This record gives sequence, C-alpha cells and structure tokens, in this order.
Amino acid sequence: MSDQEGARKGKGGTVFVRVEVCKGCSFCIDFCPTHCLEFSHGYNKKGYHYPVLTRPEDCTGCDMCGQYCPDFAIFGVRLKDLEARQRAATPEPLIPSQP
Amino acid sequence: MSSEWTNAELIQQYGIENPVMPYLRQDRLPHIWCPGCGIGTTVNCFTRALSESKLNLDEVVIVSGIGCTGRVAGYMNLDSFHTTHGRAIPFATGLKLANPKLKVVVYSGDGDLSAIGGNHLVHAARRNMDLMVVCVNNFTYGMTGGQVAPTTPLGPTQTTMPYGNFETPFNLPFLADACGAVYVARWTIYHVRQLAKAMKEGLEKKGFVFIEAMSPCPTLYSRRNRLGDGVDQVKYYKERSIIRNGADTKEVGLSFQGEIVVGKFVDRERPTWLESMNEHLGRVLGDKFTPYGV
Repeated sequence: MSDQEGARKGKGGTVFVRVEVCKGCSFCIDFCPTHCLEFSHGYNKKGYHYPVLTRPEDCTGCDMCGQYCPDFAIFGVRLKDLEARQRAATPEPLIPSQP
Repeated sequence: MSSEWTNAELIQQYGIENPVMPYLRQDRLPHIWCPGCGIGTTVNCFTRALSESKLNLDEVVIVSGIGCTGRVAGYMNLDSFHTTHGRAIPFATGLKLANPKLKVVVYSGDGDLSAIGGNHLVHAARRNMDLMVVCVNNFTYGMTGGQVAPTTPLGPTQTTMPYGNFETPFNLPFLADACGAVYVARWTIYHVRQLAKAMKEGLEKKGFVFIEAMSPCPTLYSRRNRLGDGVDQVKYYKERSIIRNGADTKEVGLSFQGEIVVGKFVDRERPTWLESMNEHLGRVLGDKFTPYGV
C-alpha cells in the first residue's frame, strides 16, 4: 500500500498540539500542505485560538506543522511509524536521547 | 509534560515526544518571542539540522549576542554563551581557537551582527574563521523598540525614521561574500526545509559560513508599516521569493516588500585561519613549530 492510499484511508498521520503553549500565529494552519488544520472555536488560557485537526483523514503526518511552529507546540507523526513502534518488541525512542 | 498535549493517550502509549524537545531547555519554555515572530521557526530548523547532522552535541557550542535573537542561546540545550552586544563573533573566535575541536555556531540578529558587531563580521569572514553564523534578519531592532537597523530597506517607517527610512541598507550576503565567507545562503522562514538543509550543510562545512534567515517582526516592523501580522509576512515571502542558487550576491539586495532572491549563493573552499597559520608557520619555522589544532 502506497503512502497516498494510506492517507486516503485515514491511515496517514495525526498531530499533537500543546494547547497552552500555542500563541495562535497560524503558521501551521496556513502552510499545512493538505490544509487539514483549523483554528479552534475555544481559547487557551492565554486567550489564543489554537489549531485543531478538523480533517484527520487528510493528515499525512508529514510534520511540516511541527517544523513551522515557532513555539514548539505542535508536531505530526505518521501512523505507520507508530505501528512500527508498537510492533517492535523493545521500542527504541524515535528521537535521540537527551543530549 | 506529555499530559499537556492533545491525544495524550497516544503519547503515553507510544512514548513519543516532539522531536525538537531534546534540543531545548524545556524549563525555559515558553519563550519570550511574540506571536507571529519567526525566530522560533529558525530555532526549529536549527534543531532539525542538529539532529540530521549527527554531531556529538557535547562538541557543539552556540554563542549569541544581544537582541531578540540573542535569546536563542538561552533556549538551546547546548553549551551556550550570551555575550555582550555585538561581541558574539569575537567570543566565538576565542572559543574556537582555544578548543579547535568544537563546532561553534553564532546565532544572532541583524542589528547585533551587522551594526555594532559589523567589524567583527567583516574580519571573521576575511580570516575565514571556522564558525557558522546564522543571522536572523527582521529589518529592525526588535528588543529595543523598532529603531532603524542597517538592514532596514528604503521606505518603511521606523521609530527613529518617522517619515520613512532613507539610508541605503546592507546587502548582507554580498558583504559576507566580498569579505571571503566560504558558504553564503539566504532563506526565509517560509523555506523551512531549505533553511534546515542549509544549516546542516553549514554545520558540516569548514570555514566561515553565513546564513541569513529572513523573519517577520509583527510587533514592530510589520505593525508600524501596516503589513499585517507574522503570517501575512510569511505569505509575502512565499509569493515574492525566487530561488536562485548560485546567484551573483551583488544582485540579491532587498527592497521594501519587493522581490526576495533566496538560495545558496556561495559554496567554495578556502583555507581556514588555523590551516593558514599552520601552513605558514610550518613553512617559515620548520621543525621548531608544532601544528596547532589538527
């Protein structure tokens, strides 16, 4: 199954948002390649609208939002990476350990 | 920490974390930069460059001067130093020469590097000191309240130029190129992948590397000139930037809301200061000289 088929079937990816750190700059929303993010209706504690994944079936988990975010408040993950981690008997971290 | 995220149960289940977090001092976050400021995005690109370059992070040092961008050294989980205004490059030069196995990165703003530290930039490039300089250019002095910087293009209003700026700005890639930098690139924060790649190449390159990263200043520069907020500036970068790798740096000057030429302009080889010193003194002094830092 190719990546694009996976994205169509909703197996592409997902994003994680740290709501309280977001400053609502909308970089992730405007520059998401598949336009799957939108501003929330609600506010966070500081009074900003934060991004929510409104079209999860379009998200490919490319982490472009994570690379644009100036506040390190969002990142994307491919679901197949998550599945690969689950399959591995001894999961090793996706990221290098604390330098 | 993980409970703050949405989908916290997935984070718990798979033990994942934002890939930039290990490179940041998380106790210092959230940072002080305004909503819509692009400095955080450049830091994001720098962390990706660090993770892709596979460098030993104990041997990477980040030095910054004063200003909004000068805060970067405080947020990176590396050996870091926050120097006095404009003196990031001299400090980094001393650091590099005292311990030549370090990879020294100077991360500072346009005002710090090209105004008060302009002479240091010129001479470090002339000597081809083995440093990587990341200059975040937001066309203004952000922290002190929006005064005219040496990079402010002709036209826009600033606190100290209430009727518009009439001083010809610096063309920073041309300055660095003319002084002898071995790697000169300019990207905007719209070009995140290219900026991260340029930073990775800069970390691997030996010699004086100069990377200009254009970033919006929504609070001072954009608001005073009615250019919208940060995302409107990034959309302008998207629409008006032209990628021209290897362009003549003489022709890449910036104008107010005009065309932006981005790309990797210079990539050449020159002996670094230490190599030149070893070569010259080895030739002049012969066996009496022990090469340093090789």
